[in-house]
Amino acid sequence: MKILVPVKRVIDYNIKVRVKADNTGVDLANVKMAMNPFDEIAVEEALRIKEAGIATEVVAVSCGVTACQETLRTAMALGADRGILVETDVELQPLAVAKLLKTIATNEAPQLIILGKQAIDDDANQTGQMLAALLGWPQATFASKVVVDAAAGKVAVTREVDGGLETLELTLPAIVTTDLRLNEPRYATLPNIMKAKKKPLDVVKPETLGVDVTPRLTTLKVNEPSPRAAGIKVADVAELIHKLKNEAKVIS
Amino acid sequence: MSILVIAEHDNASLKAATLNTVAAAAKINASLTSEIHVLVAGATCSAVASQAAAVAGVAKVLVADAAHYADQTAENLAALIHAYASGYTHVLAPATSNGKNTLPRVAALLDVAQISDIISVLDADTFVRPIYAGNALATVKSADPVKVITVRTTGFDPVAATGGQATIEAMSAGPDLGLSKLLGRELSKSARPELAAAKIIVSGGRGMGSGENYHTVLEPLADKLGAAMGASRAAVDAGFVPNDYQVGQTGKIVAPQLYIAIGISGAIQHLAGMKESKVIVAINKDPDAPIFQVADYGLVADLFQAVPELVAAL
Ligand SMILES: Cc1cc2nc3c(=O)[nH]c(=O)nc-3n(C[C@H](O)[C@H](O)[C@H](O)COP(=O)(O)OP(=O)(O)OC[C@H]3O[C@@H](n4cnc5c(N)ncnc54)[C@H](O)[C@@H]3O)c2cc1C
Ligand SMILES: Cc1cc2nc3c(=O)[nH]c(=O)nc-3n(C[C@H](O)[C@H](O)[C@H](O)COP(=O)(O)OP(=O)(O)OC[C@H]3O[C@@H](n4cnc5c(N)ncnc54)[C@H](O)[C@@H]3O)c2cc1C
Repeated sequence: MKILVPVKRVIDYNIKVRVKADNTGVDLANVKMAMNPFDEIAVEEALRIKEAGIATEVVAVSCGVTACQETLRTAMALGADRGILVETDVELQPLAVAKLLKTIATNEAPQLIILGKQAIDDDANQTGQMLAALLGWPQATFASKVVVDAAAGKVAVTREVDGGLETLELTLPAIVTTDLRLNEPRYATLPNIMKAKKKPLDVVKPETLGVDVTPRLTTLKVNEPSPRAAGIKVADVAELIHKLKNEAKVIS
Repeated sequence: MSILVIAEHDNASLKAATLNTVAAAAKINASLTSEIHVLVAGATCSAVASQAAAVAGVAKVLVADAAHYADQTAENLAALIHAYASGYTHVLAPATSNGKNTLPRVAALLDVAQISDIISVLDADTFVRPIYAGNALATVKSADPVKVITVRTTGFDPVAATGGQATIEAMSAGPDLGLSKLLGRELSKSARPELAAAKIIVSGGRGMGSGENYHTVLEPLADKLGAAMGASRAAVDAGFVPNDYQVGQTGKIVAPQLYIAIGISGAIQHLAGMKESKVIVAINKDPDAPIFQVADYGLVADLFQAVPELVAAL
């Protein structure tokens, strides 16, 4: 079976973003970009399923600007077999990404699509669920364990939910979105980075796929949250308790 | 046209997150003259429906009672909500793991965008939501005929759980799609307050060193304060505590009256989950730890000394 892994190019998670002075967005000029951390986990999980002999091919897909090719090369350096870029300069919203991924999924016919549970830039946490709806497939979001039973056409997924954990059984084909504790992604080795340069990477346009990616939401402005007033350091436990009781009045 | 709120519940009781979500619906309704309806989809959930009918500001409670809604699986729920959504201008759910799981599926079925995790309502079409782990706030406007929205509960003070007199209407259930099945749940059992609703939270990080330390050092403090207990991702990853303790960008978002961060460095992903707390206390042995930049009261100390001292002095 084939596994599709959508990977998003985002700002590196170590970088503290700055809002642009004109409040139109966040300053991304000359900022280090990387694969969304949840998508690294998705790639890793797909590779492990392949290495266990259950899957035969792992295909990475990214939607966005030309530079998303780097993200696809990273996925291929980790072990994905090939890449597909849906290239556009339009700012893609989750519904548009889900529609693009639906057409790719229809062409590629994977049994499993593994996405990140959220992208760390927009924190939308939508794309996987939307894709599942558009395909009419079952979904298991926030996965911390995935066990595929290809013969039975099922996958058992343990999910991190508010009260703890729950395990769902889905009928394949299905959508899984990754949580942080699903696995620890590997690092790409230099020989694999070189090899990845020769792996196939197809580029398609949204128009070719017949998908309208016009945004539905308009961002009117982006601003910085109001900062917290500076606090103080207390000398010892006695002063801390005194402040909490008499100044902050949060304990009695 | 009305506003629909999806109730968060466990078939027995209505969860507090629903009250914050009704509050957001009421804000939206300030510029409209609609009714607020609450959908309770579950199995033998009539107790939940009565509780929802008592919530202040709710005009009608719709109940879809069927076995295939017992486990709140997204496929069946989304199909049901989709079937009823056309009469509504807004569909809201709390940004809990259930809401986040189900609502984007509803939005896609309706061919509309979802607006995730709103923290404020400017008018019926315009909302503020955090992006980049709360380091920026985006004001977004939706042109869709139905606005599908998840609500960050810490952004809205809950409405009263009583005082309302909504009518209760039974709805016919949608089909059982049979796409997914619950195999089991391992839910944390705790006598402590729920993290998302607690007034005081005691939270421990990697600095605790072990799960045993986490419990022996922090529990007495939480007991004294009647606090809920939280953790950083590092503490969860290290296996000190289960996943549902995690506070942060990818864990729970909390805003208690008092948040005590102990042995937590203050990574932006952690701050994203707690920096709206009213008062923040940090105990850390590293005077340069970033947590001190958001702490109202910082104590530079070894936690293994400071916390027992604190417990003894309270
Ligand atoms: C300040 C700001 C303003 C913006 N304004 C606009 C605007 O006005 N109009 C507009 O259209 N857009 C705008 N965007 C961009 C748009 O909001 C995001 O690209 C979109 O919301 C995607 O959300 P997400 O990645 O958080 O989705 P999520 O649902 O959180 O992503 C989950 C998963 O889906 C997959 N995925 C998501 N995106 C892709 C992708 N591109 N390729 C492959 N896989 C993917 C990944 O596996 C990812 O882990 C703006 C962004 C910012 C930061
Ligand atoms: C995509 C992504 C999502 C993430 N989501 C989250 C999230 O939701 N929540 C989250 O918390 N993190 C999240 N993280 C992880 C985050 O980046 C940090 O790694 C994590 O918060 C660190 O946890 P910590 O502060 O406990 O550990 P550390 O950073 O290791 O800090 C431990 C602290 O304990 C102090 N300490 C040690 N011993 C003592 C002692 N005896 N007395 C006093 N102080 C002591 C040290 O000085 C140090 O400051 C995420 C990361 C990524 C990449």
